[in-house]
Amino acid sequence: GGSLLCLSLSAARTHVSYEVKDNVAVVRINDPTSKVNTLSRHMQAEMVEVMNEIWGNAAVKSAVLISRKPGCFIAGADINMIQACKTAEEVTSLSQEGQKIFDQVEKSPIPIVAAINGSCLGGGLEFAIACQYRIATKSKKTILGTPEVMLGLLPGAGGTQRLPKMVGLPAAFDMMLTGKNIRPDKAKKMGLVHQLVDPLGPGLKSPEERTIEYLEEVAVDFAKGLAGRKVTVEKKKGLVQKIQDFVMGLPPVRKQIYKTVHSKVMKQSKGLYPAPLKIIECIQTGIEKGNAAGYLTESQNFGKLAMTSESRALIGLYHGQVTCKKNHFGKPERDVKKLAVLGAGLMGAGIAQVTIDKGVATILKDTTEEGLARGHQQVYKGLNDKTKKKSLTTFERDGIMSLLSGQLDYRDFENADMVIEAVFEDLSIKHKVVKEVEAVIPPHCIFATNTSALPIKDIAAASKRPEKVIGMHYFSPVDKMQLLEIITTNKTSKDTTASAVAVGLKQGKVIIVVGDGPGFYTTRCLAPMLAEAVRALQEGVGPKKLDSLTTGFGFPVGAATLADEVGIDVAAHVAEDLGKAFGTRFGGGNVEVLKMMVQKGFKGRKSGKGCYVYGAKSKEKKVNSGAEDILKSFKLTAPPAVSADEDIQYRLVSRFVNEAVLCLQEGILPDPVQGDIGAVFGLGFPPCLGGPFRFVDSHGADKLVQKMKRFEEAYGNQFTPCQLLLDHAKDSSKRFHK
Amino acid sequence: IKKTLAKPGVKNIVLVDGVRTPFLQSGTIYADLMPHDLARAALQGLLNRTGLPKDAVDYIVYGTVIQEVKTSNVAREAALGAGFSDKTPAHTVTMACISSNQAMTTAVGLIAAGQCDAVVAGGVEFMSDVPIRHSRRMRKTMLSLNKAKTLGARLSLLGSIRLAHLAPELPAVAEFSTAETMGHSADRLAAAFGVSRLEQDEFALRSHTLAKKAQDSGLLSDVISFKVPGKDIVSKDNGIRPSTMEQMAKLKPAFIKPHGTVTAANSSFLTDGASAVLIMSEEKALAMGYKPKAYLRDFVYVSQDPKDQLLLGPTYATPKVLEKSGLTLNDIDVFEFHEAFAGQIMANLKAMESDWFAQTYMGRKTKVGAPPMEKFNSWGGSLSLGHPFAATGCRLVTTVAHRLQKEGGQYGLVAACAAGGQGHAMVIEAYPQ
Repeated sequence: GGSLLCLSLSAARTHVSYEVKDNVAVVRINDPTSKVNTLSRHMQAEMVEVMNEIWGNAAVKSAVLISRKPGCFIAGADINMIQACKTAEEVTSLSQEGQKIFDQVEKSPIPIVAAINGSCLGGGLEFAIACQYRIATKSKKTILGTPEVMLGLLPGAGGTQRLPKMVGLPAAFDMMLTGKNIRPDKAKKMGLVHQLVDPLGPGLKSPEERTIEYLEEVAVDFAKGLAGRKVTVEKKKGLVQKIQDFVMGLPPVRKQIYKTVHSKVMKQSKGLYPAPLKIIECIQTGIEKGNAAGYLTESQNFGKLAMTSESRALIGLYHGQVTCKKNHFGKPERDVKKLAVLGAGLMGAGIAQVTIDKGVATILKDTTEEGLARGHQQVYKGLNDKTKKKSLTTFERDGIMSLLSGQLDYRDFENADMVIEAVFEDLSIKHKVVKEVEAVIPPHCIFATNTSALPIKDIAAASKRPEKVIGMHYFSPVDKMQLLEIITTNKTSKDTTASAVAVGLKQGKVIIVVGDGPGFYTTRCLAPMLAEAVRALQEGVGPKKLDSLTTGFGFPVGAATLADEVGIDVAAHVAEDLGKAFGTRFGGGNVEVLKMMVQKGFKGRKSGKGCYVYGAKSKEKKVNSGAEDILKSFKLTAPPAVSADEDIQYRLVSRFVNEAVLCLQEGILPDPVQGDIGAVFGLGFPPCLGGPFRFVDSHGADKLVQKMKRFEEAYGNQFTPCQLLLDHAKDSSKRFHK
Repeated sequence: IKKTLAKPGVKNIVLVDGVRTPFLQSGTIYADLMPHDLARAALQGLLNRTGLPKDAVDYIVYGTVIQEVKTSNVAREAALGAGFSDKTPAHTVTMACISSNQAMTTAVGLIAAGQCDAVVAGGVEFMSDVPIRHSRRMRKTMLSLNKAKTLGARLSLLGSIRLAHLAPELPAVAEFSTAETMGHSADRLAAAFGVSRLEQDEFALRSHTLAKKAQDSGLLSDVISFKVPGKDIVSKDNGIRPSTMEQMAKLKPAFIKPHGTVTAANSSFLTDGASAVLIMSEEKALAMGYKPKAYLRDFVYVSQDPKDQLLLGPTYATPKVLEKSGLTLNDIDVFEFHEAFAGQIMANLKAMESDWFAQTYMGRKTKVGAPPMEKFNSWGGSLSLGHPFAATGCRLVTTVAHRLQKEGGQYGLVAACAAGGQGHAMVIEAYPQ
């Protein structure tokens, strides 16, 4: 029975297969249940089985490891497998199993060539670097990297130990601490891969299929060469490399590097992210205390990190992002093939750029030639900067630019499938635009409005076909900010929504779809926090102090700097509008402070002055003394009971969070996932906290409510917790995320 | 005898004759010439061969790829130097390796439109000297220097020159749009169609062997003798070198290293040379007492993706021109395809043999089929005879005419690929003997 069982097992292999060609075992991986290969338990088990068979076969002199999926080698470990673990020890043992497999691969009696096409990330890269030789395609889809740090984890299958030896200490730190993707050319230069293979065009098979075949053929040749000792793994080291090796061999130099890296990480992460520090520890231990200690530290730290709230938050964001990159409204009736953008300002030009970038013909219309020229230049510069970074050729840039039609009239609007207006935030102007546009566009054309606060239904009031009107709230700068907030009114049709989401996805956006109301979701959360920031400023907390308190909490940009970036005029506008809509709950700082600043020309970065002075290229930002004078004239007395540093932080954050929860309670937000994604990707809510909802879960609603009650006593209803938050405080089993 | 391809209402246009200078590897005997010198030799050779009165030519069209900046309209400079009437206008065309095809079809167009009766077309390429430029920064400084009025301004401009600005810019046989060299693209194309190194070396050896045979048997009668100033008379191509498979196998890949398959031995080499043909309306030719060699019939130009299908022009052009002429591949007696790389020819043959490729990329129901090898480039090709970019087209057409006469066939097909992802094909019909 034993042998029969064994036979049936191998017959049932679904993820890993192999064939022996000319004494070379070609191992092919393909997870039939997913678009990408991950190192799941199943994959690992089959891989071990296959490797053992190969090692047991005397006729096999070398091996090639290759994926059958066109865009993916191995995308990493299976996150769900890690998340399913209840204790650090469980995760540590997972890590140790991985380490053991890759150790066997590293010590393989026959050379193994990793043939890489598509993403080779995390555990995938750790697998590849345990092999004796690596060949990668130059495909745009081929990327190598260790993104674990972005999930609050570390490369837990030998990566922290092998990478420094392979690419050197500085490059290894850079890879593991930033998690950045490395393109094939760079990987070759770094010594991460040995050979590159060009992707092929059409032949007797599809380019994707033939490219993988070709990669396999080349890899098999190299495997034979390695087995026959015609190809050597060791590269001759150049002088620079030799000097670098010598310098890195000096313990005091290494010590200095660890110190520098550590302080840099502390400065950037404010100590809020444990993973980078643990990564440094693993690398340091491996190099200074040897392999055994290094691997042990790696597996233990991996276990510890997996249990941190930061890692859970980051993994939550990862899953959320995946969800928000899907169209949940079905396939739209027709594709948007021609888009028109009204207004060539920062936003309009940004929207045009991300649209043509994905091959959609776009009209950019403005009312003045100066405005149009500025917008056109912005788009050109955005694309041209990519050519400087070599992510685009000048030829591709020109091809993309040819899709842009800058114009002052409504020519060709009769062929537009969607119009996105990004004109001045004034209801009467928007009404005028709706009427003008509807006179020229075809009946199927969707009218989207890019507004940050005006209710969509108010704008739609001027429309003859409100079912075709939708809000598309982009964030500035459009080509950098990932979020798109789509706002539907109760009249917006499902197909209109589906179409807007499809366009957003094409533009590469992470999308949340929320209900209509003043400030929708994102602006509505931000407004109370900014109001609180203004109050803190009035109470004598300087802009720099305010910035350090907010960044110290995990916001990537401090509150005062954020106000300058958003624009003081925009902030004033929003504060006033939302103040009217929501009443005293949105009070706190005096709107007059902002208005006075605008009057004096302190509109933020764009005008050169806001809370800070801009323009001079000095590194140290200077506080704008004019703004300080205004703040003095509006001075408030800080109540000592709620003015400690931590109190100020929680005053800011609790108002943000409470408003977010209220949006969920009122149905503006469909679910906590979109709430978290919107807050983190649109507003810079601390990623280590995972978003307002995850923050309530991990911090405890009861504790947050307690703090708010204390603030409420001092300031009143701006800190009154909403009902849903109170419900969660009362019953600790209630959680926004499972 | 098959039917003639004459169409009612369409003028019969004939190739009266065609000549070319010997094609020499660049940097050899022609090294000290200029492009228009070579072009002059071809034009004079044509006059000598045909006995054409110089003032009987209505127009001259000439092709070139890498332009000598001093003679940017090389057609005019060469014509004047070759003693054509200064009343005969001349212009230069460029379309990479199909430049002289373009020159010939321009001539056909002028005659068909009734604007001319006798046109000389041709092409020249001179790779022994190419324009090497100062860097853009340096050029900018030098141009500003012209405008600088004071000594101080001049000195400050001169002071701005850095060592790096002195690095020259070399022309590359690379696509501007993709920055990929043609050899690299050919290697990828060969890989895409699964063309092995062995197949490529075999085809290259075939080309050299057939060329040698043709040369030795005196079949390359389009070659004229050329007295190079200060040197001997040249009367033979000097790149024909049949080697052995073993020798060829020793070469390392030239472009994709170390695993590529395109080598120096299975690629066409850098060549100097010029060609010229006399094209006339049939009426005019007969009136002047000529016995034409062939009719120039339908032709097409095609273009496709310059990245992944750079050299697939013949595959796209062949079925198109055959359909235009109402012919099938089987009707063709003589094939002359431009051999840029052995890998490129083999890839085209495989593409033409593939129903999948025809359906997926060409929007056709079926494949056109690959030409039978016994009819294909049987007097050698660009791999062995050489490939002066803009001169090759006329060589192909003249060779078809000569082969049709020699072999007694009726229809010939010329096809070629060109940089930019373009291609060309033309059907040629033998003139009744």
